[in-house]
Amino acid sequence: MEIRLRDPERNLTVKGPMSITKLLRSLDLNRESVLVIRDSTLVPGDAVLADDDVVEIRPVISGGSR
Amino acid sequence: MKCRVCRQPAVIDIRRHNANFCIDHLVRHCRQQVERAIDEFKMFGPDDRLLVAVSGGKDSLAAWDLLNDLGYEADGLYVGLGIGEYSDASLHHARTFAQQRELKLNEVDLVSEHGFGVREAATATGRVPCSACGLAKRHIFDAATVAGNYDAIVTGHNLDDEAAVLYGNTLRWNVDYLGRQRPVLPATNGFPRKVKPLVRMGEREMAAYCVVKGIDYLVDECPMAVGNSHIGYKEALNRLEAESPGTKAAFYFGFLKNAVDRFDTRIETDEMQRCSSCGAPSTNDVCAFCRLEHRVTSAATLASPQPVAISTPANETTNGSS
Repeated sequence: MEIRLRDPERNLTVKGPMSITKLLRSLDLNRESVLVIRDSTLVPGDAVLADDDVVEIRPVISGGSR
Repeated sequence: MKCRVCRQPAVIDIRRHNANFCIDHLVRHCRQQVERAIDEFKMFGPDDRLLVAVSGGKDSLAAWDLLNDLGYEADGLYVGLGIGEYSDASLHHARTFAQQRELKLNEVDLVSEHGFGVREAATATGRVPCSACGLAKRHIFDAATVAGNYDAIVTGHNLDDEAAVLYGNTLRWNVDYLGRQRPVLPATNGFPRKVKPLVRMGEREMAAYCVVKGIDYLVDECPMAVGNSHIGYKEALNRLEAESPGTKAAFYFGFLKNAVDRFDTRIETDEMQRCSSCGAPSTNDVCAFCRLEHRVTSAATLASPQPVAISTPANETTNGSS
């Protein structure tokens, strides 16, 4: 599957099928800090991604001046 | 994973609430949480005119969207901070959102109206960019709210923002800041009412709300903020949240319930005066923003090339001096 990551922008190819939980763990990402998006739709945490999926892992943490 | 409400397929789990939601019920959940915050903290009434500070990011656009959906009269305020392509992109997202919904967006540009941007301010003061950015935005938010006769300025601070600020202020025991960390600051001493209707919403929920509502927000982080302590505090709290869902909410709302009044240091009216430069309320003769503006623009004048007279070679002087 193709994985798009942000901040910094980069792409990864990961062998599927793989669960969201396992994918985030393999990338050392905290599920509280990201959303997984496929075809402009949120992918729930218990979903399994197929080998031909294209997904974006979008960070949700932001923060500059308060 | 099924929606807690309708048992249809869910798109998100919110562990703090021990709940999964489908798209429709995620939107409903967000509206309910915002309504609850407005009511619980007595933020504003149905007839109040609101000014929403919008950056083009997820939280401010979601706040504006939710308030309009809930029937409030809410205009937007965008502040251009002079951060190059990032500011261009953020303005584009704010304008697009406003145009699509036929909402009024007020715009203030720091560079064209005050002669400096956040980068120049950081260089001139030797402090982190976020410090000057926050000072400039607060000043412009206050001034625009008062000038436009709005009843309150709305910011998109969410639960994660508030918990991270509280964490940082507690680690350093910044007691003056702790006393002011409330979801509502009443209008006082010439300052407008300030409200944060997203305090019951997690950052992940806000991003999810934007995705399901089709709100095209600026995802990229401000280049000036990357690696700052605030983001570090959020990451630390998210590690705790992952282990124990509800930690951030317990930390922040527990503070509001049990501790914030102990740090109340609001300045009495007779200690306030008007800035001799801009007229804003201030504890000093010149307000912090005008002092910053003067410092930055003075530094820029000193640093920029100045026209000088071409010196005449000593052996060509006519008066004998050299």
